[in-house]
Amino acid sequence: MPEFIRFDRITKFYGPLCVVENLDLGIVKGEFVSLLGPSGSGKTTLLMMLAGFEQPTSGNILLEGTAINAVPTHKRDMGVVFQSYALFPHMSVGENVAFPLQMRGVGKAEIEKRVARALDMVQLSALAERRPSQLSGGQQQRVALSRALVFEPRVVLMDEPLGALDKQLREQMQLDIRDLHRRLGLTIVFVTHDQSEALTMSDRVAVFNKGKIEQIGTPRQVYDEPATRFVAEFIGETNLVEGVVEAVEGAEANVRLTSGAQIVSAVSGTVAPGQTVYLSIRPERVDLTEIRGDARNCLETEVTDSVYQGDHLRVQLQNAAYPLIAKLGRRSREFPPGTKVYAAFSAGDCRVIAP
Amino acid sequence: MPMKITKFAFASLTILFLVAPLIAILPLAFTSSVILTYPIPSWSLRWFEELFFADAWRRAIVNSLIIGTGTTLLATVLGTAAALGLRNRLIFFRGTIRTLFLLPMVVPAVVLGVGMQVLLAGFGLTNSYAGVIIAHTVVAVPFVVVSVTGALAGIDERVELAAQSLGASPTTVFRRVTLPLAMPGVASGAVLAFATSLDEVVLTLFVAGPNQRTLARQMFSSIRENISPAIAAAAFLFIAATIIIALVVVLSRSMLAKRR
Repeated sequence: MPEFIRFDRITKFYGPLCVVENLDLGIVKGEFVSLLGPSGSGKTTLLMMLAGFEQPTSGNILLEGTAINAVPTHKRDMGVVFQSYALFPHMSVGENVAFPLQMRGVGKAEIEKRVARALDMVQLSALAERRPSQLSGGQQQRVALSRALVFEPRVVLMDEPLGALDKQLREQMQLDIRDLHRRLGLTIVFVTHDQSEALTMSDRVAVFNKGKIEQIGTPRQVYDEPATRFVAEFIGETNLVEGVVEAVEGAEANVRLTSGAQIVSAVSGTVAPGQTVYLSIRPERVDLTEIRGDARNCLETEVTDSVYQGDHLRVQLQNAAYPLIAKLGRRSREFPPGTKVYAAFSAGDCRVIAP
Repeated sequence: MPMKITKFAFASLTILFLVAPLIAILPLAFTSSVILTYPIPSWSLRWFEELFFADAWRRAIVNSLIIGTGTTLLATVLGTAAALGLRNRLIFFRGTIRTLFLLPMVVPAVVLGVGMQVLLAGFGLTNSYAGVIIAHTVVAVPFVVVSVTGALAGIDERVELAAQSLGASPTTVFRRVTLPLAMPGVASGAVLAFATSLDEVVLTLFVAGPNQRTLARQMFSSIRENISPAIAAAAFLFIAATIIIALVVVLSRSMLAKRR
């Protein structure tokens, strides 16, 4: 598929501070891409540059192959949704949604029809006459959403749009937006610092750190095959264990831990024997057994703590050299502190990360 | 309890202190006597008649309205433009420039008056309506700047960004979003500018000629020449106008608050 949006070696300085550094990113038409990262990682700045609110210090932003650096915001035809909703407080809900159509010189009758349809899409038809201040946060954000979609923009940009909503509403809106994306074939660039939100909604997730993309891939890739220590730690929870590579065979490596134990692990990047690396082991992939099973990796550990968390059991383990965490399903038996157990996992359940 | 009573008494006395001059002058507007003193022999509206039909007073009222309107228009446009310009974070010495705009509020009017007269004489504008309007505008602009800056500070910048992204050019954003949202501030700035012009005496003394006598100026000179109760009637007009103005300001502020 041809690229729809391309960030070509984008760098952005605020004074002496580099917020985006030599960044490349391509987005395909109809794709839902999340820019995920902690605050100050440059994700919002990148979105603001795409919207035209900010100018890159160097590099080009291409839309369908043409550089749009010099195109002012109001001619870029992109719908933007802000965390603060940014509705026009002096206009009714209906007038808010009609605004982008008026700007495009759409006829009155046509505006009425499309506003009605856009409000219907977010189930707010009954509130068209209200002022934004009379609506709840969730309703306001749905108005903002329908206002950003009503003119059928080429791209929809969302800057932490659900950040101000409470958890339940946020999860509902995540599913609603994902549904709209699929139904309307929208291209969406979505900024968030909430990793579960990014995993839920996106076709691809770009993980940002210090102005650079650490990794870009499907939610499954960034979660299961983290390319860097930052990604492994930022997305979900993980056990990071240090070791030295002894041998590499195809996509697997033998790693000797500081405790002396041998681990076979999947490799995503390139590592060489003798190299010091980290192993990332997701807690929910660790199995606890009392007898040494036939799993390829089996570490002798002792339970130090065990906490019941409703949907899972969280067990803290102490191996000879490092602590480990295991998340067990709710059908698991209890492991009282002091129990000697084996922590077992397959080679595919852990991953070698070059430091 | 005694504390509460003391507080109440103190507050009452303070208010009395503030409004006593008004209480003293207002009844005299309705006196039938020819001198400005108590006791009032009987009630009459003759001094209002004098105010509206005596040539000097009528001219003064008309002058005040002309100069007040001119000042309001000029100060509102300039003050609003200044407040808008001062929003730009990229302006060097933004704080200093803002202070400069507010300076006429604290500079003694006498000093401004002398400077104004010298300056306006250089342009041949002394003894002209334009001269008086310019002088009044200088002292009225700070009120507009303060009032509009306050209103602009309440606008979420993202609302304007959103308008841009929805296809509004910068001028359209200003016309459809920024200005309507700042309007209550602009309106109360305009009202304050008018009030400032109405009340201004010192600058007027320096720059106005006999043809630009304003109501305030007329009161000032007539109190020295003949202490007629027409002054009290004029004061009554002033107070009525001020109360109307204050109501407009309060209403526009509450409109602004309701919108948030």
